[in-house]
Amino acid sequence: MSLKLDFPPVREVRITLDVNDRSFDLSVEPRAILADVLREQCGLTATHIGCEHGVCGACTVMVDGAPQRSCLQSAARFEGKHVETLEAFAEDALMAQLRQAFTAEHALQCGYCTPGMLITARDIALRLPEADEARIREELAGNLCRCTGYNGIVAAIQRVLREHARERAALKTSHAA
Amino acid sequence: MKAVAYALEKSSAAPAAVQALQEGGWGCKPVAGGQSLGAMLNLRLAQPETLIDLDGIAELRSVKSDERFVTFGAMTTHAQVEDGLVPDPSNGLMPKVARGIAYRAVRNRGTLGGSLCHADPAADWVSTMPLLDARLLVMGASGSHEIAAPQFMTAAFETMLAEGELLTHIRVPRRSSATRWSYRKFCRKTGEFAHALAAALHDPLDGTERLVFGALDGAPKLYARAGLMNEILDAAGRAKLIAEAAPGLDDTRVAMLAEMLRLVAQDMHTKAAA
Repeated sequence: MSLKLDFPPVREVRITLDVNDRSFDLSVEPRAILADVLREQCGLTATHIGCEHGVCGACTVMVDGAPQRSCLQSAARFEGKHVETLEAFAEDALMAQLRQAFTAEHALQCGYCTPGMLITARDIALRLPEADEARIREELAGNLCRCTGYNGIVAAIQRVLREHARERAALKTSHAA
Repeated sequence: MKAVAYALEKSSAAPAAVQALQEGGWGCKPVAGGQSLGAMLNLRLAQPETLIDLDGIAELRSVKSDERFVTFGAMTTHAQVEDGLVPDPSNGLMPKVARGIAYRAVRNRGTLGGSLCHADPAADWVSTMPLLDARLLVMGASGSHEIAAPQFMTAAFETMLAEGELLTHIRVPRRSSATRWSYRKFCRKTGEFAHALAAALHDPLDGTERLVFGALDGAPKLYARAGLMNEILDAAGRAKLIAEAAPGLDDTRVAMLAEMLRLVAQDMHTKAAA
């Protein structure tokens, strides 16, 4: 005996998304969040989905150059915006430096939060080059690590900020000379 | 969880959005930054038939400034306020409040108007705008009108906005550089919604003294009268105000609110304006 399941009709809309400098023509339901579309239709699985209500930060991506949640809004609302997922930063010098620091400081265990942590860490390094530990912790409040690896994550960001401070100081000295 | 199926209509002008809201009726709502509504959609606490996307409406992002007021488009983001990308009429209060809202990734998208209309009692602008004596500009089918910020929020998640009306601008009066303020909230974790909130503003040039309690069960409670800053100096005066402002609170919340108000009093009497 088979049961006939009566699903409601699915209404999709056609959208074009600019993700990592590639144009994706997609058919999506208006309710589909950006994170799901990135993962399932664009094949970009670095973006992780955790809480789906904006608290955990695992889904954080760059939108027009600033970090945003990709779980809170319909993918259709990102048309005309420049979306960058972690994949876009494979060749990025600052992200490479952060990845090295994350390795050196044991800043990840299971790795689930890491894509969001790296996006946020990069934003901190660019926006708040002078951030001290307290400010880094304040800025990281929007990214949860359930392995509770915060000490390592904070240390990794501090390491990169210290390296940058040294580079700035060296640059100043060489200019002075 | 995933949201229920809904239709998304993009609007490019405020009057068109108002018309769409009027025609859409009960199941039709505007979406601004979506940082609260998005979570409620995913949790299925909100199940709209249609969302009117305000993202493409340029006039909702305009910010005008004159000698008396700064008028913010309702779609001004918290991060724009935090970063000083828009003028600050409040002698530092608004950027300080903005930096404490949720998380940077949320502030980059969340908006002043969206937060005010969502009217979560524990949110920040619903308490800050009454403190600043702001005026909210609302567009409806028969034109625009102003609502004073202290009257705008009526209860938890309830505002004066009628069906088919849209908050378009927030007009904040300029405060003198002599203005002192304090904004204190108790959050279990940085960026979380507050469990208790108290804030005060004192402009000695025109004698303005205002005090607000937020994160209550309903709308924030505002006081505006001469002598307020002296009333909060001693514990008895503070306890009297809290008992009057929030009669139904349990002991724990009263204690949190009392501590926030104590810090406000301390700030107002010892700290130079930030």
